[in-house]
Amino acid sequence: MREPTLWILHILAGIIILIFLGIHMGIMHLDTILTSLGVGYKNPLSWSSVLIRNKALFFTITYILLLGAALYHGFYGLRNILFELSLGKSAQKAVNWLLFFVGLFLFIYGGYAAIAAYVI
Amino acid sequence: MADQKEQETSVFTEEVIKEVIFRVHRFSPDDGKPPRMQDYKVPVKRGMTVLDGLHYIRDNLDSTLSYRFSCRMAICGSCGMFINNLPRLACKTQILELEADTIEVKPLPNYEVIKDLVPDLSDFFEKHRSVMPYLIREEEEEKIDPPTNEFLQTPDELERFLQFAYCTKCGLCLAGCPTVATDKVFLGPMALAQAFRYNSDTRDQGFEKRLELLCVPEGPWRCHFAGSCSEVCPKGVDPALGVQLLKGQIVFTKLGLKKPHKIAPLATEKPEAKRRPGIPEAPPRTVKKE
Amino acid sequence: MANGTISKPENRLGIVGWFYAGSFSFERYAYILHRITGLGILLYFLLHIFGSSARISGQSSWESLMHFLGKPIFVAGEYLVFIAFCFHAMNGIRLILGELGFSIGKPGRPVYPYRISLNRQRPLLVVFMIIAVIFILLGGYDFFIAGH
Repeated sequence: MREPTLWILHILAGIIILIFLGIHMGIMHLDTILTSLGVGYKNPLSWSSVLIRNKALFFTITYILLLGAALYHGFYGLRNILFELSLGKSAQKAVNWLLFFVGLFLFIYGGYAAIAAYVI
Repeated sequence: MADQKEQETSVFTEEVIKEVIFRVHRFSPDDGKPPRMQDYKVPVKRGMTVLDGLHYIRDNLDSTLSYRFSCRMAICGSCGMFINNLPRLACKTQILELEADTIEVKPLPNYEVIKDLVPDLSDFFEKHRSVMPYLIREEEEEKIDPPTNEFLQTPDELERFLQFAYCTKCGLCLAGCPTVATDKVFLGPMALAQAFRYNSDTRDQGFEKRLELLCVPEGPWRCHFAGSCSEVCPKGVDPALGVQLLKGQIVFTKLGLKKPHKIAPLATEKPEAKRRPGIPEAPPRTVKKE
Repeated sequence: MANGTISKPENRLGIVGWFYAGSFSFERYAYILHRITGLGILLYFLLHIFGSSARISGQSSWESLMHFLGKPIFVAGEYLVFIAFCFHAMNGIRLILGELGFSIGKPGRPVYPYRISLNRQRPLLVVFMIIAVIFILLGGYDFFIAGH
């Protein structure tokens, strides 16, 4: 009975990513267009803009949200692809646990970086 | 009048329009040779189908050619083959419509090959069986066949699933499906569309039972809406529609956003049909009641 | 296996079947593009988690990493990821709508010529692909022309 829950979470994570990664992509890669429209800021990768984002609670929270949603969405998608290679039941279990632990590790690591950048 | 007559004769002409090459997949489990393609020259007349072409080869050129067919009019779903880059019914595909000088005929992909153009559909039927494709009632006395009386259903309720009831189980959808190309256990478009068909039937009460069979990794979650199954379906059944609606049905029901359909009641009166005089009784049942 | 018989050929298309299995319409190729772009973005994202964490080690390590990643090859690679994101996001909205049953119509009577769910959601596909192309072009302007 787990599958529909995992699937709907995949979709919800997709919507979260669409919103926040959309903002992230806009800030990072449409900066000249956005600044000419009066939003965003120039040179988003310079150290000074990194510092501004590090200290803004909005970015810290959305980074962690985006990190979790993207890890879930990406690893569920990878799991889809792997499962469709006719995996046996035990291999399916192994994939589930492997992706879960790798995902958890990356979430803790990335979450730590986001919080540390805010606190330091 | 004369014009019309002339036109009719020209449509039904026996004149050979062109000659095409049939490149046919050959394989026999008995001769020990690997699968190969063999060419045959077939004279084409107007209106000739690929199945007619195969008949011509078998009758005139090579009597060892095996292929499965029955009704030759797109009703039985026996003659599914991979013809010029798409899974199609051989009887529903006219040779001239393909607009090609070489007609490549292979067995349906994603099924084991028994011989030449004959795929092994037993897995496919097993998947169909596994989703309980029949009406499930909770009342004890209605579980038997036939039920004690008819169930009352409106035409609107009928249209919610009728489209999927047109499925002839020809197996083209699984031959087109990208997931089935690698996944052996995925239930596939046909079985899932049939699960939706019975789930949506107001006469059925088996949603909960089917839910257990569908909420598994090989259920509808393996479908990513490439839509190829619907594209190749020769009956317009649109299995992709059924699978997407099935996913929505399961998820929205679980989230409490969709109520279960109302259950068709059993008719209280027997229909008042009287046998007209002079009409003989029906012959006895050939299948015994259990 | 006895008497020189060989076993039934499986005839399963395998991974090749994900990419090509016959003359299907664009949705089939959107399916495999969605898969490839998804995997590409996932790979980039995993590297990105480690890359972005360089900012907690201070200004100099951040700036040396940014200098290293400023090479044209990395900028081009990043633009590929941007393209992949635009496609994956726009196709993803279409898939969410379709897979939850919103843009694909209702069951009806199959009357020849058949109009199937794919036909009904195709306008949506066209609109989202146009939006994706617009974003890809805007991104290209930003990546390569404006200020770089």
